[in-house]
Amino acid sequence: MYEQLSSLLVQVLSQALHILGNKLVPLVGVGGSVETLETVPPSIVVSGLVVLAALGVVFGIALAIVASRFVVKVDPKVEQVRETLPGANCGACGFAGCMGYAEAVVGNPDVATNLCAPGKAAVAEKIAQITGKAAATVEPKIARVFCQGGKSRSQRKFLYTGVMDCTAAVLAAGGDKSCEFGCLGYGTCMRACPFDAITMSDDGLPVISREKCTACGKCVAACPKQVIELGLMSKAVVISCHSKDKGVDVKKKCQVGCIACGMCVRTCPVDAIRIDNNLARIDHAKCITCGLCVKKCPTNAIHDYLSPRLKASIDPAKCVGIDVCAKVCPVNAISGDLRAVHAVDQAKCIGCGMCEARCPKKAITMVAAPAVAGKPAAKEMAPV
Amino acid sequence: MWQDVLTIFIASALINNFVFSRYLGLCIFFGVTKKMETAVGMSFTFTGVMLIGAALNWFIYKYVMMPLHIGFLKIVIFIGVIAAFVQAADTIMKKVTPALYYKLGIYLALITTNCIILAVPLLNAEEYADSLFKSMALALGSGLGFSLALIIMASIREKLELADVPRAFQGLPISFVLTGLIALAFLGFSGMITL
Repeated sequence: MYEQLSSLLVQVLSQALHILGNKLVPLVGVGGSVETLETVPPSIVVSGLVVLAALGVVFGIALAIVASRFVVKVDPKVEQVRETLPGANCGACGFAGCMGYAEAVVGNPDVATNLCAPGKAAVAEKIAQITGKAAATVEPKIARVFCQGGKSRSQRKFLYTGVMDCTAAVLAAGGDKSCEFGCLGYGTCMRACPFDAITMSDDGLPVISREKCTACGKCVAACPKQVIELGLMSKAVVISCHSKDKGVDVKKKCQVGCIACGMCVRTCPVDAIRIDNNLARIDHAKCITCGLCVKKCPTNAIHDYLSPRLKASIDPAKCVGIDVCAKVCPVNAISGDLRAVHAVDQAKCIGCGMCEARCPKKAITMVAAPAVAGKPAAKEMAPV
Repeated sequence: MWQDVLTIFIASALINNFVFSRYLGLCIFFGVTKKMETAVGMSFTFTGVMLIGAALNWFIYKYVMMPLHIGFLKIVIFIGVIAAFVQAADTIMKKVTPALYYKLGIYLALITTNCIILAVPLLNAEEYADSLFKSMALALGSGLGFSLALIIMASIREKLELADVPRAFQGLPISFVLTGLIALAFLGFSGMITL
């Protein structure tokens, strides 16, 4: 091995000496414009080497000058923020990808730290730490489907046999569903979801996973019927219908559509529901998710995502009395002194589960309640 | 001479279109034609880089390599010149026009290793080393021809998204079939001008 190498080295050296000795080297395997020559004059070899070396040096120096003249200073904070972000590039923040948001949130003092929907509160806090901005809270959001009229509960205008995609189906006379506001059920949202949070039910409606959905809004943008909207996770009572048809027409087309009868408006204890354009809408700023309207709706158009309703129960052994649960409770059902064991007023509790989600000690569990008593009964007495 | 320039321009854009008759640059061709937006961005960047790169290489070939009889080094030197130029353009664009950089900058790195970018200076060295105008005509024609190919392909592939393609042909295979069909159509140009 060593001898082979050394003999090769000797050969190469003697060859080089040959060239330097200005002797003509026979042409072997050199292409290009010297093919016509029978031998290669050493001057060509030398000038080739010199030109290549010179070009290398010139380009090297030129690039170095360019790099130092046109240097763009990147704030190290931008890189830190970008690493903190989930990197899904979903655009829910309103900027062009995670890098765009990272630059904006570091560079612009007016950009809030809580715009990253998939990152939720944890990322917002970290960004606030890096940028030194006041940490704004993030209320978790989720995508909600505003249609319950699956295949079994709604009518079809015609048999659609085209490409199984909503954006394609909508080109055929607005889709095959007789209700023009409803979900077509060909799964465009499912394919648009970068987090695999959407599955299609057997009835042909998208089902959104509470755990996986990050409220990035990709499905909202993908749906040609605008049947998906982002809503606060805590506001779990939703009128799952977008139909602006008159009640009679809704009845003909779908078993579970909103017929704008006004029953929910009269039932609501906090006047959060109003009817607009033949469609009841809940004002989520007022709604306390008590779930009374759900039971009253004659067409079951109102969906209670908390169903079956459970009751919060505090484990006295684990409770350290930090009062977080009492602060998040929308109906003030939890009371107790600071650093003392808290208690849940079962009559007030609506089973929204927000305290369970927020308790750092996992002291709260949701258990099945015997019956909803107290408040609902009292309210049923006073409709109109 | 001007007639030659025009002939070279049309021939390189249509008759000898790099994608459809020489099958060069297919990597980028299939890479960026999924969306019209990226295809248009690539077209602009590609044509620009092609023109400047070909001009630089022409000067180096004519005034450095020819007098020294080192034409056989053209592949090494041309690719070096293109790489250095693209790298410099990348850095300068980032500083001077950040907006343009974020729109077109991502394509620059791809272009460095494109075969059309190298093929044009090589062809220039072989055929049109005497005239800068002819070289530029070839560069512009090839750039626009490639842009044409990208835009045709992108517009068809966007429609293809909704087509009912058999499973085995989905994605790249149907794109190759398409390229072959467009190439057949481009064959129709072949009798237009005889060089």
